[in-house]
Amino acid sequence: MKQLLKTLTDTFSPSGYEDEIRKVILKEVKPLADEVRVDALGNLIARKKPAKGTKDAKKIMIAAHMDEIGVMVTHVDGNGFVRFTNIGGVYPRNLPGGHVRFANGVSGVIGLEPTTSATDVPPLNKMFIDVGADSKKNCPVKTGDVGSFERTFIDLGDKLVAKSMDDRIGCLVAIEALRALKSTPHDVYFVFTTQEEVGTRGAETSAYGIDPDLGFSIDVTGWGDTPGQKDFDVALGKGPAIKIRDGGMLADPRVVQWMVRTAEKAKVPYQREVLLGGTTDARAMQLVRGGVPVGCISIPCRYVHTPSEMVDYNDVKNAVKLIGVMLSNPVNLQLIVTL
Amino acid sequence: MLSINKSQFNLLEKLCNAMSVSGDEGEVRRIVLEEVKPYADEVKVDALGSVLVRKNSTAKKPLRVLLDAHMDEVGFMIVHDDKDGFYEFKTVGGIDPRHLVGKQVIVGKDHLAGVIGAKPIHLTTSEERQRSVGVDSMRIDLGPEGKAKVGDRATFAAKFKHIGPSIMSKAIDNRIGVAILIELLKNAPKNIELCLSFSVQEEIGLRGAKVAAHYFEPDLAIAIDATPARDLPDYNGEENISYNTKLGFGPAIYVANSSTIDDPRLVRFLEETAIDENIQYQFRQPGGGGTDAGAIQKSRAGIPVVSVSVPHRYTHSPISVSRVDDWKNTLNLINAAMKKMTRELVDR
Repeated sequence: MKQLLKTLTDTFSPSGYEDEIRKVILKEVKPLADEVRVDALGNLIARKKPAKGTKDAKKIMIAAHMDEIGVMVTHVDGNGFVRFTNIGGVYPRNLPGGHVRFANGVSGVIGLEPTTSATDVPPLNKMFIDVGADSKKNCPVKTGDVGSFERTFIDLGDKLVAKSMDDRIGCLVAIEALRALKSTPHDVYFVFTTQEEVGTRGAETSAYGIDPDLGFSIDVTGWGDTPGQKDFDVALGKGPAIKIRDGGMLADPRVVQWMVRTAEKAKVPYQREVLLGGTTDARAMQLVRGGVPVGCISIPCRYVHTPSEMVDYNDVKNAVKLIGVMLSNPVNLQLIVTL
Repeated sequence: MLSINKSQFNLLEKLCNAMSVSGDEGEVRRIVLEEVKPYADEVKVDALGSVLVRKNSTAKKPLRVLLDAHMDEVGFMIVHDDKDGFYEFKTVGGIDPRHLVGKQVIVGKDHLAGVIGAKPIHLTTSEERQRSVGVDSMRIDLGPEGKAKVGDRATFAAKFKHIGPSIMSKAIDNRIGVAILIELLKNAPKNIELCLSFSVQEEIGLRGAKVAAHYFEPDLAIAIDATPARDLPDYNGEENISYNTKLGFGPAIYVANSSTIDDPRLVRFLEETAIDENIQYQFRQPGGGGTDAGAIQKSRAGIPVVSVSVPHRYTHSPISVSRVDDWKNTLNLINAAMKKMTRELVDR
């Protein structure tokens, strides 16, 4: 599982350019799913059909996004320095000195224009990528080229660190849950979505296509357990977080209860997540067509949207277990009385 | 190669001088309907007011391609009658209030001549001259005879001009797209089912295109629009690194903006087409902004999209400037691309 996670996080795939990661995931899910297809926006959909003889199977959509944040070239100047803009939530303070790799394999480092003080962080338009060129002519990248941040995968035992843990860790959980799912009473659609980081776009259109009865996303969330972090009751190693709300979505209380009861019954540790900012694919799924009851299972992740995102391996394994039990047993939201 | 002939100039002039502020696109719609009817297999005006046109293919199961250009323009809406010919107004769409003081406008269906008044320099203090004036304290002055109603639209008064290699108008954004779509229909190839949406309400949130795409359910779509060029020199002597696009460098192919990451297959296809056909092109600098493609791509189960724009200086101001060659090259790029389109382009 760790080896697969390394492969997933090493793979280059900023939003809109998910071809490489889709190939990696397709190879994994093809032998496991009953049906696999890729839709118009590039979402990879792996379907596990209900066991023979099941009546009234519910369509359940599970979304984990394949894309990662990155950069895009806006201009190459006369001296071969590459100006760039962000793809998704790229924060200037995380960039200086970082490595970037472009789709064509070219690497570069992020440099800054001089600032008035050594501690100032300039905006992106005062930064550039130095790919070792000295003129526009010999610069190996051009306007519109896409890059991702580079950082080595580190295995610290329980803690694992990589770039794009957001949301390759969700992809890993989805793949492993599918692998573990021998039989289900549901019609399950694991969707590896595109363009989440730029506005949950792939989830919106794939949910329209699937028209699910209920669903949830698997994504990273923030953390409250490092020095100075306050007011967020989610820590690494205490289990997957069951989302109650985030900045873009109120999880359906019945879906929350479904997750909570399953976790308690199966003795899987979990945390309750109340996130003030940010959102996930579940927001887009919730608002599709006539509306869908949704929730989200989060993997707590430190240093989100830096090149060194950290998760706890136990949370990952427990998320796989929780989702496995949820999908192996019947669910009837009508019978779930919320508090 | 298609050229820009006299009748196309005349049509663009008529389109540019019409008033078509978001939500009240009737004037341009009438011109479009008249132009497209002789060439289309299906023409309808949808519930929001967009003109939807279909031209059938001779192929079996043809690729369905949607081309979109918005009919609306930014402008103003009268919100209060102050009496004596003064009218309070709000902006419709993205307008920088600093562009407004002292400008001529036209108001309502009769294009009443008005002016957004400016306090004369004789009567201002030096401190006042440092500040920009808010829209709330501006008025449109129609004179005591001029009668407008609350809810009437208004727009800039500048008339279309063709001067040498350039064209100037208040509404290059996006009558140039509308004119291109009409010309493409007249030259429609038979290999694809061509759907056109002359969309309403782009400037206030890509609204017309959203429902038009739902109606057509195309295999792929191209939004044809006008995009800013800020290609003037940086006056501090440094290299201008944020120009968005440059006049005279051809159609601007989009790679990404706030609303869309253009489908990489379509971006590559347009680039290859331009190279093969020897048509000058440029990439629009990735960054902010949005086009109808942003709404179209999210329609139903998703639609591969790309945007192509004609560059123009001074966007959303009283008058913009564009080049005839960029207009011509945009027309030809899309025309050539359509002829080469096959289903393999968007197959997964």
